[in-house]
Amino acid sequence: MYPSDRQYTTEHEWISVSGTTARVGITDYAQQQLGDVVFVELPDVGQTFDQGAQFGSIESVKAVSDLYCPMAGAVVEVNTTLVDRPETVNADPHGVWIIAIELTSPDQTAGLIDAAAYAELVS
Amino acid sequence: MTDAPVAAPLKTPLHGRHVALGAKMVSFGGWEMPLQYSGITEEHLAVRRAAGLFDVSHMGEIEVAGADALAAVQRISTNDAARLEVGQAQYSALATPEGTFVDDLLVYRLGDEHFLLVVNAATIAKDFAWIRDGIQGVGDAVAVNTSSRYALIAVQGPRALEIVQSLTEVDLASIGYYRFATGEVANVRSTISRTGYTGEDGFEIFVAPQVAERLWGALLSVGAPAGLRPAGLGARDTLRLEAAMRLSGQDIDETTSVLEAGLGWIVGWEKPEFVGRAALVRQRAAGVTRQLVGFEMVERGIARHGYPVYVGEDRVGVVTSGTRTPFLEKAIGLTYLPRAASAPGAECAIEIRGRRVRARVVPLPFYKRPRG
Repeated sequence: MYPSDRQYTTEHEWISVSGTTARVGITDYAQQQLGDVVFVELPDVGQTFDQGAQFGSIESVKAVSDLYCPMAGAVVEVNTTLVDRPETVNADPHGVWIIAIELTSPDQTAGLIDAAAYAELVS
Repeated sequence: MTDAPVAAPLKTPLHGRHVALGAKMVSFGGWEMPLQYSGITEEHLAVRRAAGLFDVSHMGEIEVAGADALAAVQRISTNDAARLEVGQAQYSALATPEGTFVDDLLVYRLGDEHFLLVVNAATIAKDFAWIRDGIQGVGDAVAVNTSSRYALIAVQGPRALEIVQSLTEVDLASIGYYRFATGEVANVRSTISRTGYTGEDGFEIFVAPQVAERLWGALLSVGAPAGLRPAGLGARDTLRLEAAMRLSGQDIDETTSVLEAGLGWIVGWEKPEFVGRAALVRQRAAGVTRQLVGFEMVERGIARHGYPVYVGEDRVGVVTSGTRTPFLEKAIGLTYLPRAASAPGAECAIEIRGRRVRARVVPLPFYKRPRG
């Protein structure tokens, strides 16, 4: 269910690190709780965020949820397909990333949990 | 006075069906209700394109009966119930002496001296007390809270008529809009009302609680091939907002007048007396200072209930309802704007998480169903 190739937060984001960059998305549990996603507010490329800082928001028909940056970094890319097709987050939450960041300190993983621990959290 | 203990949520007679269908259940007005089954978007579109099945048994029923029942209803309801024939219903308001809303309601004339008032779930106790007190001294009229005697199932959408028709001998096409008839649906004794809260054609069917599951099941089985889907409160809210139907407690409440809400058409101006009349007559003569308007977002963002609204640099109010609607695929909402700034085309700004986002006043309703 939850891929083991990445780490998770208790705020229901996932982060997939590759070298000094990482991609961030929301978990299947998060998309289920939100319902039909209709809007993703994305940051600008170049913006920097501390670990745990809000980088955007995601909205369903019914609810708004803040997006928090799992690790500190600078935004190098945002997934602009979400502007027109936000519902792809529902269809493939673990495949559709929201932002890519250049990590400030790639080994600073405190607070992140692995797939097994996350599955336990939302079970 | 001490705080009342938190009561266990009330359940409709169809609660087990919702759980069995895998609905996401939420607390609403003291009731545990289905928010959604398959998803708000899919359910909303099913109602616009085929049909949706709603459990609205949480709504309240209050009956007023007696030789002076008409006079009693006339006193507490703003609309003119004398214009109702037996078998006809009308939209109305319970108004305060200031002309603001206690609640909105439907008034059904069941008989010459017998009325059924359908009120909102969260306000049943308040409305009943208000009505009971309001009709004191009218004469021979008694109000009874009969909410527990009814389950209410709504079938809404362009295919609602053919679906319900396949289960009844009653000629549904002969029931006019805001009219009702009695008869059997799926062998269940029913009051079949051509009303709804979605902006589509459809029916609201009153039945006894103990037979609600049978009717629900029959409607789902005959309706599914025609595209009927169970629909929850989430879709009910987005559908009614597209149709610009007001939500009591949100778009209209004790701080907003019937005229400000754009509902002067539910005021029986010729009636010599009703609660709120003096204030509404004064307000009509003087003109309202603010008006409920519809808006759509010009810039990216979704306005939601409670977000601040600005005209120029002035904070003028809050969004009373707002969402991105599945059918129109636009971010829309309702708010009260100063009269001078309320014409279609006028601009305002919605503060979304600290950022002001442009919006534009548009004519209501946002959605009007195509008529064949």
